[in-house]
Amino acid sequence: MDVISGLMQGFAVALTPGNLMWCFVGCFLGTVIGILPGLGPAATIAMLLPLTFKMPATSAVIMLAGIYYGAKYGGSTTSILLNVPGESASVVTCLDGYQMARKGRAGAALGIAAIASFIAGTVGVVGLMLIAPPLAKFGLQFSSPEYFALMVMGLAMVVLLAGASMIKALLAMMVGLWIAGIGTDLFTAESRFTFGNSEMLDGIDFVVVAIGIFALGEVIGNMERREEGQLLPVPKGFRNLFPNWEELKACRFAFINGSIVGFLIGVLPGAGSTIASFLSYGLEKAVSKHPEKFGTGVPEGVAAPEGANNSETGGAMVPLLTLGIPGSGTTAILLAAFILWGLKPGPLMIQDNPQLFWGLVASMYIGNVVLLVLNLPMVPLFAQILKLPVHVLYPVIFGISIVGVYSVSGSLFDTAMLAVFGLTGYLMRKLDYPSAPLILGLVLGDSMERALRQSLMMSQGNLSILWSRPISAIMLAIAVLILLLPLMRSVDAWRLKAIEENG
Amino acid sequence: MASGRVNRGDVISGAVLAGLGIFIIVESRSMEYSGIDGPGPGFFPLWYGIAMVVLSLLLIAASFLRRAENAKRKPLNWREVGNALVAWLAFALCVGLLKTLGFMLSFALLTFFIVAVLYRKSLATAAITAGSCAAGFYLVFPLALRVSLPTGILGF
Repeated sequence: MDVISGLMQGFAVALTPGNLMWCFVGCFLGTVIGILPGLGPAATIAMLLPLTFKMPATSAVIMLAGIYYGAKYGGSTTSILLNVPGESASVVTCLDGYQMARKGRAGAALGIAAIASFIAGTVGVVGLMLIAPPLAKFGLQFSSPEYFALMVMGLAMVVLLAGASMIKALLAMMVGLWIAGIGTDLFTAESRFTFGNSEMLDGIDFVVVAIGIFALGEVIGNMERREEGQLLPVPKGFRNLFPNWEELKACRFAFINGSIVGFLIGVLPGAGSTIASFLSYGLEKAVSKHPEKFGTGVPEGVAAPEGANNSETGGAMVPLLTLGIPGSGTTAILLAAFILWGLKPGPLMIQDNPQLFWGLVASMYIGNVVLLVLNLPMVPLFAQILKLPVHVLYPVIFGISIVGVYSVSGSLFDTAMLAVFGLTGYLMRKLDYPSAPLILGLVLGDSMERALRQSLMMSQGNLSILWSRPISAIMLAIAVLILLLPLMRSVDAWRLKAIEENG
Repeated sequence: MASGRVNRGDVISGAVLAGLGIFIIVESRSMEYSGIDGPGPGFFPLWYGIAMVVLSLLLIAASFLRRAENAKRKPLNWREVGNALVAWLAFALCVGLLKTLGFMLSFALLTFFIVAVLYRKSLATAAITAGSCAAGFYLVFPLALRVSLPTGILGF
C-alpha cells in the first residue's frame, strides 16, 4: 500500500466522530498534565492505560498518543508564563520564553511556541509516514538473532543516556529483566521466581509496575516537602497571542531547525525530547547573527526548542511502530499498551494493522491542528490549572492509581504490589537509579529472552550465530561501543552534559 | 585513598542488588540450563543474575573509590525522607484496608489523612476534600465508566 492511499485510509479512520473525540480528549489531557509540574506523560499514560481496555484499540492508541504529544505543548505554557517547566523538555524554553514574557511579549512567545510546535509536529509526522514503511520492509529481513541484537542495542542506548551512573542504569535494566521473567516460562511452562505464590504464576502485570514506579514514585517524591507549589504572578500581556511579522521572520530557520533536529533525535532510542530541544537551541544560537542576545528573550530561542520537542514525537514513533523498540519510558508504556491490546508493533504492523497505523498517523496530523486551536485561545484558562492545590491533586493520583490497577485484574494482590512498586519508584529516585531502563527491561524482557533462546535453538546452542550474521553483528558491535565509549573521558563528559540537560 | 565519605545509599543498594543477583543465580541453578530443545528456563536468568552481582560489586567499589566526589553531594534530608515514607505508609495502609472497608471508605480516609496531617489543613477542609474526592470517584468510575471498585464489609 502506498503512502497516499494509506494516509487516505488513515484519515477515514481518524475522522470518525468517536476517534476525533478521543483525539481531542488525549490532546486536552496531555496539555493539562504538560502544564502541571511534577506529573509527566509516562505517569499519566500508565495511570489511564487500564481505562482504555474497554475501548477499540485504534481509539485508545489515538488518545494515548494525544496525551504524549499534547504534554509537549502544555509544557511550554508554564515555562513561558512562570519560568517553571511543566516537563524536562521545556526547560530550555524558559531561557528566552520567560524573558519575552517579562518584556510584555508573553502572548507572542506562546503563539510562537504553538506555531513552532504545529509546524515541527507536522514535519515529524511526515517523517514518520515516509520513513516507517521502508524501515518496516527492512525489518522483515530480521530473524531472532537480529531482533535480539536490536533489543540489546536499544537498551544500550537508553542506558547510555538514562543517568549519570551507567552501572545504576544497567542494574535498573537487570531488575526490569528479572521482573519480566517472573511467572511461567514461555517455552517449558515451568514457574520461575514466584515464591510459591499462585498469584504470581501469570507474572507481574506491567501496569502495576509502570504506575507504581512512575506515578506513585513521582508523587511520593513530591510529597517530601509538604508544601503547596508557590504560585508566581502570571505576567500580563498574553491576551494577544499572535507574534508580529518581525518575530515570525526571525523564527523561519528555527522552525526548520527544530523540525529536523527533533525528528532525527527522536528516531534514536534513549536521546529523547529534552536533548532534542537543547541541541536545536544550541544549533540556533551557533548559526545566529546575534548569539549574545540568546537568553534575553529572542523569539527563535523559543521556536527552535519547542519545535524540536514536538517533532521528536514523530521520530520516536518510528522505531516503536516499525521495529517494536521503544526509546524512552513513555514509548515503552505505549509498547506495553499495544501488547495488552493484542497488537504486535514490528515490521508486520503496517501490513497487518493498516487501519491502526495509518489511523494513528492521520490522528497525529489532526491532533496538531487540535492542539493549535485548543492552545491559542485557551492558554489563559489552562494557566488556571496551576491553581489546583496539591493536597487535592495527590490523593486523586493515588486514587486513580488504585482504580487503574484494580480494574485490570480485579485483584487486591496487585494493589498490594502497587504499593511495593511505589516505594521502589521513590527509592530509585532518591538513590539516583533511572526508571526508564527498568521499564524498558520489563517491556522487552520476554521478547529478548525469546529471541535469544530461539537464536540458540536455530544454531543448536552455538552463540556465534549472534555475530556471524552481518546485521546482528553490526548492531551488537554498536551496542558494545555504546557501553564502552564512556570509558573515554571526553565521551563521558559529553554524556554527563547531555544527562544534565535532560534534567 | 581519597578523603571523604562513602555513599551509603550506593553501598546499601549495591548490597541489596547483589543479594538479589545471588538469589537469581541460586534459583536459576535449580532450573534447567539447557535441554535437547535448546536453552532452558534457567539460561537467561543465570546470566543476568551474574551480571547483576558483578555490577553491584562495581557500584560498591566505586563508592569507596570516589569518596572525594561523594563529599560534594548534598547530605540526605531525613525529615523529607520521613515525610515521603509517611505518605507511602498511608497509601499502603489504604491498600491494606481495601478488603475490609472497600475503596470508597479507604480512599476517603487516605485523602483525609493527607489533607489534615500531611498538609496541615483544617479538619473541615480535610473532611470536605475527602468527601468530595470519594464522591467524585464514585460518580466517574462505578457510575459513568462502570468500572468496579473493591467493596468492603459495609457493601460499598
